[in-house]
Amino acid sequence: MSEIAFLLNGTPVQLSGIAPTRTLLDWLREERGLKGTKEGCNEGDCGACTVMVTDAGGSRALNACILFLPQLHGKAVRTVEGISGPKGELHPVQQAMVDHHGSQCGFCTPGFVVSMAAAHLNGDAAHDDTLAGNLCRCTGYAPIIRAAKAAESAPVPEWMEADRTALSSFLLPQISSGGEPPQAARGADSPPFFRPTNSDDLADWYLQNPTATLIAGATDVGLWVTKQLRDLAPVAFLNGVTDLQQIERQGGMFHIGAGVTIATLRKALEPHHPSLAELFRRYASEQIRNAATIGGNIANGSPIGDGPPALIALGAKLHLRRGDGMRTIPLESFFLDYRKQDRQAGEFVAGLSLPESAPALRCYKLSKRFDQDISAVCGCFNVTVTDGHVTEARIAFGGMAGIPKRAANAEAALVGQPLTEASAAAAAEAMAQDFTPLSDMRASAAYRLKAAQNMMLRYVHDLNGTPVSVLEVEA
Amino acid sequence: MTIGKSLPHDAAPLHVTGQARYVDDIPLPAGALHLAFGLSTEAHAEITAIDLTAVRAAEGVVAVLSAEDFDEVPDCSPSLGDEPLLATGKVHFVGQPVFLVIATSHLAARKAARLGKIGYKPLPALLTIDAALAANSRFENGPVIWTKGDTAHAIAGAAHVVEGSFEVGGQEHFYLEGQVAACLPQDGGDMIVHSSTQHPSEIQHKVAHALHLPMSAVRVEVRRMGGGFGGKESQGNWLAIACAVAARATGKPCKMRYDRDDDMVVTGKRHDLRILYRAGFDDTGKLAGVEFTHLFRCGWSMDLSLPVADRAMLHADNTYVLPAVRIESHRLRTNTTSATAFRGFGGPQGMIGIERVMDHIAHALKRDPLQVRRVNFYRAMADNAGGRLPPAPPESISAKVKEEPAADLTSRGRAASVGSHALPPDGAVQTTPYQMPVEDFIGHELVAELERTSDYQARRAALAEWNSKSPILKRGIALTPVKFGISFTLTHLNQAGALVHVYQDGSIALNHGGTEMGQGLFQKVAQVTAGVFGLDAGAVRITATDTAKVPNTSATAASSGSDLNGMAAQVAAVTIRDRMAAFIAEKHQVKPATVKFKDGMVRVAGEEYDFARVAAWAYQARVSLSSTGFYATPKITWDRIKGQGRPFLYFAYGAAVTEVVIDTLTGENRILRADLLHDTGASLNPALDIGQIEGAYVQGAGWLTTEELVWDTKGRLSTHAPSTYKIPACSDRPRIFNVALWGKGNREDTVGKSKAVGEPPFMLGISALYALSDAVAACGDGSVYPALDAPATAERVLAAVERVRGHV
Repeated sequence: MSEIAFLLNGTPVQLSGIAPTRTLLDWLREERGLKGTKEGCNEGDCGACTVMVTDAGGSRALNACILFLPQLHGKAVRTVEGISGPKGELHPVQQAMVDHHGSQCGFCTPGFVVSMAAAHLNGDAAHDDTLAGNLCRCTGYAPIIRAAKAAESAPVPEWMEADRTALSSFLLPQISSGGEPPQAARGADSPPFFRPTNSDDLADWYLQNPTATLIAGATDVGLWVTKQLRDLAPVAFLNGVTDLQQIERQGGMFHIGAGVTIATLRKALEPHHPSLAELFRRYASEQIRNAATIGGNIANGSPIGDGPPALIALGAKLHLRRGDGMRTIPLESFFLDYRKQDRQAGEFVAGLSLPESAPALRCYKLSKRFDQDISAVCGCFNVTVTDGHVTEARIAFGGMAGIPKRAANAEAALVGQPLTEASAAAAAEAMAQDFTPLSDMRASAAYRLKAAQNMMLRYVHDLNGTPVSVLEVEA
Repeated sequence: MTIGKSLPHDAAPLHVTGQARYVDDIPLPAGALHLAFGLSTEAHAEITAIDLTAVRAAEGVVAVLSAEDFDEVPDCSPSLGDEPLLATGKVHFVGQPVFLVIATSHLAARKAARLGKIGYKPLPALLTIDAALAANSRFENGPVIWTKGDTAHAIAGAAHVVEGSFEVGGQEHFYLEGQVAACLPQDGGDMIVHSSTQHPSEIQHKVAHALHLPMSAVRVEVRRMGGGFGGKESQGNWLAIACAVAARATGKPCKMRYDRDDDMVVTGKRHDLRILYRAGFDDTGKLAGVEFTHLFRCGWSMDLSLPVADRAMLHADNTYVLPAVRIESHRLRTNTTSATAFRGFGGPQGMIGIERVMDHIAHALKRDPLQVRRVNFYRAMADNAGGRLPPAPPESISAKVKEEPAADLTSRGRAASVGSHALPPDGAVQTTPYQMPVEDFIGHELVAELERTSDYQARRAALAEWNSKSPILKRGIALTPVKFGISFTLTHLNQAGALVHVYQDGSIALNHGGTEMGQGLFQKVAQVTAGVFGLDAGAVRITATDTAKVPNTSATAASSGSDLNGMAAQVAAVTIRDRMAAFIAEKHQVKPATVKFKDGMVRVAGEEYDFARVAAWAYQARVSLSSTGFYATPKITWDRIKGQGRPFLYFAYGAAVTEVVIDTLTGENRILRADLLHDTGASLNPALDIGQIEGAYVQGAGWLTTEELVWDTKGRLSTHAPSTYKIPACSDRPRIFNVALWGKGNREDTVGKSKAVGEPPFMLGISALYALSDAVAACGDGSVYPALDAPATAERVLAAVERVRGHV
């Protein structure tokens, strides 16, 4: 039995003995001679390597440069070469890109075409969002958007639908037997990897392999390989663990599996937490949101991840699993120190729970560029006012400390006060005691603090209905 | 007509299907090797030891080279000969190549390159403008100074004076395709080079020099680049030379491409600089005199810095009469990567200075900046008739710098110094500060048209109203003009060659010295060529730029691509057409001039033949159907020692209105609308020209807003990947984006009366900076000038808001 099986542009591919961290991009270009998929940055930021991946959950755009081959097991991959029809017919987005002068140097174009074709297939016309992860240095984007709009109403070509039907007939029978033990997955010269299909298997294996690297979306781990050139072993790929990919609503709470992608979470939370959904709209890019999981975002422990501040402000609880044992802690207490979390050997993030409703939640992401950028400061505010006075204040920041952190002094300054410009100003003042931020290439320490304090003021204006976002202004 | 049609890019169908082939996509013969550099981790240090044991032992490594492996380390510089392929004794910036790994795969080479153990004895590193100034570390002996009139006196006598200083950041090219080259050894030691370069002849020259071969033994081919923007004018030398020496050493094909992070660390960027200014003016804002000091941070080697800094001086006037002016230009040597060519080549840096002055004057006088700009405009063309040229200026005091033995004749960097001298005042003919007559000024009409179509005045009033009611968000608007000189300032580079073949089946192959980097040059030249024969552009087969077909090419740079190569191809095509016409005319006993080539047919003496049939007849009649073509730009003369003459054949003009909104709490800002009106002459292809204008504007706005290069205190570039260096993304383009062409022809005799379009619209992006300045100004009471540095990141905008509110 082969280690990995997937469809490539409609054709079954079976691979064995491959290195677990071999990227799809390198394999396509070096082994398959499919040179249409380009390497622009090799870190998931430019989108020149975008491919479309289809599985039971649908079709989505992903960055091939930080996509490891084992992650594709049981899925269908379509590269730019497979976006055209079997007889070379141009896809409507390809024709529109020609007609509207959407390519100049052409190097980013295959990535754009795949992103556009995936969005077209999904009927997603929010072009600025679906193309935020594709950089173009020539066109200024205007003709690309004109092309995307022009292709909106064209029917989806039949070959674009083929992957969904082919998947069920070709691959699923072979892979339904689930994750093989690592020794069975060992190639001749390749380190072992494990691909569990349920969290019980994962828990057992991780207990036995506590130094292993768990790979969910690989949007950060991918760079350990492509940029730090690290050899990762042993590794487990979590994207087959379907029981960690559920979202349930129960008793006024959302219970969210760690393997839920940001894209899925954004959609699920949008009606309930519009401000958080807007934050997730600006979370990296389409390709990254389609791969990255909320569990990975938390477990990674980055002080500048956008998920944790918002989830802490919401009062999220984190569920951790070790072997058969589960424990639940407030999310903020998971983050102990820079890159140090309250996680024992063999323990992993299983999921989180958060309230269904928080009408006063507001999330503010400050970055050099609006889309696909890491926050300099991410400020999330959730202040409860009862009978004219603040009864609870949950204010959490990313980018202000070595961990995602609550602004305890600012919160304390608000509690018991009416929520006004004056009390916000006092809370902002108190915030200076909460944080000693760093200066780096994203922002200076002084600016970080000033902006964080001003976000406190923005929050009050925002709740009062004063326009506070430049993104909402139209010429 | 084929010329003037909005045809798609010739390779568009290949682009969208992934079939367009770039250097890294070219299949190499089995056994090809891959290279990577081991890079310096110090900004300035003596190398005390190089231990490459672990590198050599690494998996897949075939060979490792360092400077000591060469009798003479090949040079990669396009100018001074100051860029050894591998560091010799000292390193001069973080990222300088120290050793070269030759391995069986790209990944193996990259992994091994990190295993070198280099011993360093750190030396004082000059990282900033101030440090370089204090150490008097510079290229040339002192600043280059150009003066016109008695500036100090003019300013002293003026009713008002503004002065200031501001920082203008550099810019990473971020071509989507990184630097890459591949070399294939041939018999007799010859070398074929595939390179992603804007300058094949430069690569040819440098590779030949490195291998001690005549240029005729090296053939460089470039089908296309995945973007260039100036970053592939000289920066590709390193990879091509590395591949050539490795291919020579191993006898195997060798390929090298930089990983993106390496690319950003190693290669040069747009020059950053500080501009000091002082201007005197009257109550209307009309300038009496202005002084500029340009402090350029050039980096560790000379590269193309001198002509870049020259061009900044040449654009210090932009569209304005400077009655008295003094420009002092310092080209500072620092321990950072060597700044290089980038779209505009110093022009943007020069232009942004005078636009700052205009903005500052308007603020001081509380006038609409557009009014101030207008009162300073050059006179309109109609007002400029007659007159005579002013007398020649005094001789220069500067001496000529001697040429190095292996001079790069085709490199812009060859020019080594510029004279310091005084210029006389304007004569009856209006001239630039460097004495070039401004005969084609269309700024008045063009700006008036844009003012109307963009509804500038009404929107400006509406914005003031909106701002008065918006406590947190403020909007701003600005109109800025562009006048950009077209021609290489190194006059002899203004030449081009082409080669056209008509085959016996009527198909046509076209080759010329220009390179395709996305700008659509190949399609434009194909349109020109096809037009000569009365054919559709599709009848012309476009072929890769190849130094074996057209020699001694100039870089595809300075916006010159279609002007030069279009003309050369036209000459070649006309030569063949004339032969065909003479042949068919003789056959029909008519005069050749009566033969018409139109719509794919040849009309002669009332008969009409298919073009292919005439080609076949001509072949059978033993008529040559192949020709070269050559073009040298007329009229231009530039004495770079005296700093006088006519460096440019003409100027290209444009103007832009940008509207922005800022958040006064965070400094976040966004472009809401842009209206561009740009002068392309009679466009060869309006769709391609609009593409250049839209893309250039967004790139220019990116330079001045989100694109921030940050170096740490050790001289390491902190923003070395797209995760930290932010070029505009899709949503950063103006949501309302109106672009129009000012298609009124070119008074000079250019190909199809068109104008160059590559660089000039980049500077339309300057309007974004001054729209932000306008929005910031709206936050204060008018007493404090925003004094916005570039790039105007959210952080800088917030600082400016605090400044005008008196909070700092």
